[in-house]
Amino acid sequence: MIALRDVHKYYGDYHALRGISADIRPGEFFSLLGPSGCGKTTLLRVIAGFEDVNSGSLMIDGRHMEEVAPNKRPTNMVFQSYAIFPHLSVAQNVGFGLRRLPIDEAEKTRRIGEALEMVGLAGFGERAATALSGGQRQRVALARALILKPKVLLLDEPLSALDKKLRENMQVELIKLQRQVGITFILVTHDQEEALVMSDRIAVMFDGGIAQLDDPETLYRRPKTRAVADFIGVMNFLPATVTGEGDGYQIEMPGLGRASLTADQAPGAASGGPASVGLRPETLTVLFEGQRGEREVEALVEEVVYYGDMTYYDMRIEGVDDPITLSMRNVPGRDVLERGAKARLGWSPGALVLFR
Amino acid sequence: MKGSGLRIYTLVYLVFLYAPIVLLPLFAFDKGTIIAFPLDGFTLEWFRQLADIPALHGAVKTSLIIAVSTAILSTTLGIFAARASSRYDFPFKGGIMGLIMLPLVLPAIIVAVSLLVVLLGIGIELSSWTVILGHVLICTPFSIAILNSAFLALDRSLEEAAYDLGETRWSTFRLITLPLVMPGIISSLLISFTISLDEFIIAFFLSAAEPTLPVYIWGQLRFPTKIPAIMALGTILVALSILLLAIAEYFRRRGIARTGGKDTGGFL
Amino acid sequence: MLAAPLAAILTYSFLTDGYLEIIRDFTLENYAEAVSDPLYRLVLFRSVMVAAVVTAATVLLAFPVAYFVSFHVAPERKSLWLFLITIPFWTSYLIRVFLWKVILGFNGVVNSTLMGLGIIDEPLTFILYNVNAVVITLAHAYAPFAILPIFVALEKIDRSLLEAGQDLGESKLMTFWRVTLPLAMPGVVAAVLIVFIPTIGDYVTPQLVGGPEGRMIANVIQLQYLRLDNYPLGSALAVLAMVTVTLISLVFLWLNRRFLKVKQ
Repeated sequence: MIALRDVHKYYGDYHALRGISADIRPGEFFSLLGPSGCGKTTLLRVIAGFEDVNSGSLMIDGRHMEEVAPNKRPTNMVFQSYAIFPHLSVAQNVGFGLRRLPIDEAEKTRRIGEALEMVGLAGFGERAATALSGGQRQRVALARALILKPKVLLLDEPLSALDKKLRENMQVELIKLQRQVGITFILVTHDQEEALVMSDRIAVMFDGGIAQLDDPETLYRRPKTRAVADFIGVMNFLPATVTGEGDGYQIEMPGLGRASLTADQAPGAASGGPASVGLRPETLTVLFEGQRGEREVEALVEEVVYYGDMTYYDMRIEGVDDPITLSMRNVPGRDVLERGAKARLGWSPGALVLFR
Repeated sequence: MKGSGLRIYTLVYLVFLYAPIVLLPLFAFDKGTIIAFPLDGFTLEWFRQLADIPALHGAVKTSLIIAVSTAILSTTLGIFAARASSRYDFPFKGGIMGLIMLPLVLPAIIVAVSLLVVLLGIGIELSSWTVILGHVLICTPFSIAILNSAFLALDRSLEEAAYDLGETRWSTFRLITLPLVMPGIISSLLISFTISLDEFIIAFFLSAAEPTLPVYIWGQLRFPTKIPAIMALGTILVALSILLLAIAEYFRRRGIARTGGKDTGGFL
Repeated sequence: MLAAPLAAILTYSFLTDGYLEIIRDFTLENYAEAVSDPLYRLVLFRSVMVAAVVTAATVLLAFPVAYFVSFHVAPERKSLWLFLITIPFWTSYLIRVFLWKVILGFNGVVNSTLMGLGIIDEPLTFILYNVNAVVITLAHAYAPFAILPIFVALEKIDRSLLEAGQDLGESKLMTFWRVTLPLAMPGVVAAVLIVFIPTIGDYVTPQLVGGPEGRMIANVIQLQYLRLDNYPLGSALAVLAMVTVTLISLVFLWLNRRFLKVKQ
């Protein structure tokens, strides 16, 4: 649907986009995820047409878009500030893009009504745009963009201005909306949780390039680089030495000992170089009386953080420099450990990810 | 408390400010021909006299034409310059903007005299158009200052959104930008109009046969018999100014309400 | 869209260019005459003095008013007060100056009132047709010019800074002196320049109420141009006046930088 090939963009001397290549499929919920300044908003604006490219190509539905102005592209954008026209009513805002279409007033009114209903704002048509809350403005922005039935909807950090509860609600609503409308959504966000929740596939960007493009589960379980692993969720890192290579990898780690890894546990092209392994907190378990783990190790509880449904522990393992974070669901009957307590931890070599 | 002391001071200050103006209607309706106390009696004679002076009417017409032209021209220039300045960065921007704003810090007589010299040097004859030129030069900086803040207050993504939704650059300007900077435009028109209407020194230097109102008044001030009529004229002018200002203020507040902004007080 | 303002600038360059060209045609003789003739020196000096006194008086008197409206008036009423303060400014300048002539004259309002009340026997003569009259009239005319920039600067001051000062133990007076005043300085500087520069070049007031003693540089320039047709000398005087104004303004700004060191 959307094809980017080796797109480069410069702002003066600053290399904002470094050779971006990606394919975005029709009907998918696609996210551009990364820290501030990584180029994700720039890339979105390139797709929308508000920025030119210095080299490379952008194709939507098989047509080249580099020379096409934003008002002629089959894309529509929801801006970070929502950009609701303050001097118009809600209905006038939503119907703004219909102006140039050869349809009569009755049809326009009908479509506006439909659009408002789709975003849950039925009946709001006559309100002044300035009399809306943040969440309502966002829905108006959505309705205004979707009423034009674009092939691609671009969203620039749409939820960052909302408070937590509202944000969580809107995440669900956006997913439902996308399924209902069926078009491609491209979302820009710096919030990795948000991207994981909503997306079919995510492109993680750092410094103007795409570090990894995968579905959420693959990104989480098999990150290709330390940077990606660190950005998504929480990850424990331990130094490791590779003692043997072949079909898989033999490694040795301080404190945890040796392990045998399969090839797919090293998704990043594992060439030579200093190695480290990553271990997600939820793949470690505290073993209570009578429980056994695939591999076991002794540890000391250093810090306890209680979240209600989960507890996060910082564990000291002998031989390992930094504390290891471990998370446990709080189940009735299971005690929460105290600081200073000794614990037996279980872990599995199959949960490790190798980085080089 | 401190507040009340300052309040009294400010009120006394206001009395000082209004003193001469308050005298105006007093003497305009006063029978006596000499401007002094005690007052003689009530009369509308001076106002009636005003209706009979063709030269006065001519001057009023000239002033109005010049003021309206100045307002329109300087506001238009102001719109372009402010938009360019607030949206783009072009080479020598600082220098150019500084040059345009220069008349703000020059005494009017310098502007008048320079223009006179240049125009005569080029060989252009003095007329209402030369006055308009002079007025536009001094009003444009005001216009730019007002419109600049209006443009800066405009969220850039509003224009991008309109563009994204299918409008052209020009229709975006017409449908979105213009309505939203309208309060600034009206402000600029009114201020340029008022400045031009009351401006004396440039008009004095640059007009020929058709005097503007201030130039006409200046000519009348040396004749004691004409003074009471001038008082009447002054009263009318003051009343008109207040009316104009009240209207401007009303529009300013309405503009703010429409766009949902906050009232910061005044044209600033 | 850029073309229009650029065209305006071209008009400018013509202005300053053509101006200097015509000056160049006539030699530096005129400058020599302008500078050496004691009459012109006196008038220029007087203009500077008058402008300085007017500026000082106006700005000092304006500050409390600006302070009052900014700090002691409810936000909804602020624009009303500003409106009231600026109304006099929007009436005809000529007529206002003429009214001062009327007020300060031999048979004028001040004299007839004072004599009527028995405070004086003879009309006061020192209040019209001299420098005093010029100063009073100009101070009145330029008052709103001084109030507005100071008001804007005061409004911008973050009120929580003042509260922080008091929270740390300062008295109200000290807070004013150490926090409010320095932060309002940009407004005061703007006010000074906004009053000083036009005042020094004012024509109408000295002409109407100044009398022979109260003439200022603008009157002299006008004389050369429109009465005596001596354009070169008039231009020389105008340039001289402009240079003086610019120099004084620059010195003022520089002094401010050195002694206040307030970041904008």
